[in-house]
Amino acid sequence: MTNLELQKTANAVRKSIVTAVYSAKSGHPGGSLSAADIFTWLYFEEMHIDPKNPKLEDRDRFVLSKGHVAPGLYSVLAERGFFPKEDLTTLRHTGSYLQGHPDMKHIPGVDMSGGSLGQGLSAAVGMAAAGKFDNKDYRVYALTGDGEIQEGQIWEAAMWAGHRKLDNLVVIVDNNNLQIDGEIDKVCSPYPIDKKFEAFNFHTIVIDGNDFDQIRAAFKEARETKGQPTAIIAKTIKGKGVSFMENQAGWHGKAPGDEEYRIAMEELEKAGEALCQK
Amino acid sequence: MSEVKKIATRDSYGNSLAELGREHENLIVLDADLAGATKTGIFQKEFPDRHWDCGIAECNMTGIAAGLSTCGKVPFISSFAMFAAGRNYEQVRNSIGYPHLNVKIGATHAGISVGEDGATHQCLEDMALMREIPGMVVINPSDDVEAKAAVKAAYEHEGPVYLRFGRLAVPVINDNPDYRFEIGKGITLREGRDVTIFATGLEVSYAVDAANLLAADGIDAEVINIHTIKPLDEELVTASAAKTGKVVTVEEHFIAGGLGSAVAEVLCEKAPTKLLRIGVNDCFGESGPANELIHKYELDAEGIYKKVKAFCG
Repeated sequence: MTNLELQKTANAVRKSIVTAVYSAKSGHPGGSLSAADIFTWLYFEEMHIDPKNPKLEDRDRFVLSKGHVAPGLYSVLAERGFFPKEDLTTLRHTGSYLQGHPDMKHIPGVDMSGGSLGQGLSAAVGMAAAGKFDNKDYRVYALTGDGEIQEGQIWEAAMWAGHRKLDNLVVIVDNNNLQIDGEIDKVCSPYPIDKKFEAFNFHTIVIDGNDFDQIRAAFKEARETKGQPTAIIAKTIKGKGVSFMENQAGWHGKAPGDEEYRIAMEELEKAGEALCQK
Repeated sequence: MSEVKKIATRDSYGNSLAELGREHENLIVLDADLAGATKTGIFQKEFPDRHWDCGIAECNMTGIAAGLSTCGKVPFISSFAMFAAGRNYEQVRNSIGYPHLNVKIGATHAGISVGEDGATHQCLEDMALMREIPGMVVINPSDDVEAKAAVKAAYEHEGPVYLRFGRLAVPVINDNPDYRFEIGKGITLREGRDVTIFATGLEVSYAVDAANLLAADGIDAEVINIHTIKPLDEELVTASAAKTGKVVTVEEHFIAGGLGSAVAEVLCEKAPTKLLRIGVNDCFGESGPANELIHKYELDAEGIYKKVKAFCG
């Protein structure tokens, strides 16, 4: 896909995110929107997957370690055709298969259940190790939050992944700099993130995670990196694409009201139209 | 009297893994720097590339196992019960239990029979923790024969299984041709009319000895080995309770949350029966040789005998 096509797709994913969270009347729009470009890249360019066969044996795997941004994952899965887009409005509703956090048992395309922060990366490491053991070519991707890496288990997983030289593993840190209680460096700074992963024997790449040129180049570099896992520190804008949500910690886990939803969708519609003019 | 053969069930675990490893190439053993103690070293010696040491990082080991199981492997994660169930509780619940993944948890060094290491390492609540997780099978084998059978059954069972093993060498009591292990099925070792003793793990052997002491006093005790705490053999529990009218549970575990609680729950709902729970009662353990601690905490045959006799009196 061209960058323009990716941007259009990401814009559609953002609209789905806002709509899903609005329908749920709760959920996590901020981190879903910051990672929307990464989600789009992974599911439309990077990963070897088949929406018709979600359990394809040799597929690439994705683990959403920061499971609360399930609206982002579900929106891109629906956009890619794993399940109908209209189901997104059932997010978090009683009886819906679209649980508040990813549920691999019931959601097509979800490779791991999760949402308890710090745990997903370990599962991704297990998948990558299984791939190496079986001499398979599939690759494993895990998305963590930048607040999430305050959890010690992330570093247990990173230590073992580096130790085992799992070069089929890519960790993407969605570095939007905000967590529930505020700026991550004010709450409990994980910086420098790249140096930390380097110390755990990762190859590290720091990019603007809302720029498809940089995303494209980073994943290419990760693929070419042998003998060690890669960590992509994706500097992003929390709430990206909805002006009043951007860089606001308050939009970490809050749904828009009627008027806010109308404004958000209008902005995204306009952004989509602008992309169509290009 | 002939010498009774004694084997620690942690040894049975290591030996059984090696046996299963020969048959099943998808079996991967994970350990957290305790391969010598958990006896997974036996497997490691034979299958070094299928024994993955995760270092002292049990939570990560648990997550790795979850990931492995989604790729068709059958991982056995191994550590002391304190860490496998205690430190790991939420990882087991959310990364294994919630997605109902095919991961087996081999927890050694359970209970006060850990001995000299003392209270920080004597897990007396692991069965309580694991039993609460939906879909989790909890097995506490009584001897070498049963432990090996349990490991094999755990491999064959589709879904998460918690296996509880001990450090202390215990008598081999199930070495007979009629012995048959089935998950969720208790085993009647001695029939009786006056009282039923439901025992689990290393307490089974003590319960049998206690029943012999009680017999000398004219108390005819039925002894039932409950190796599977979950799913509990409710049919056998209620039938025996109805038969004898008095029930005693014996476990090397807190009396809250483990076998005693499981039996109490069933009896209260389905067959109210007078009940005595024997175990460790709301206190931490301490350092000392395992056999001395078992005696001190009245979990040996003599302790059980005294308590059951008073209960029946």
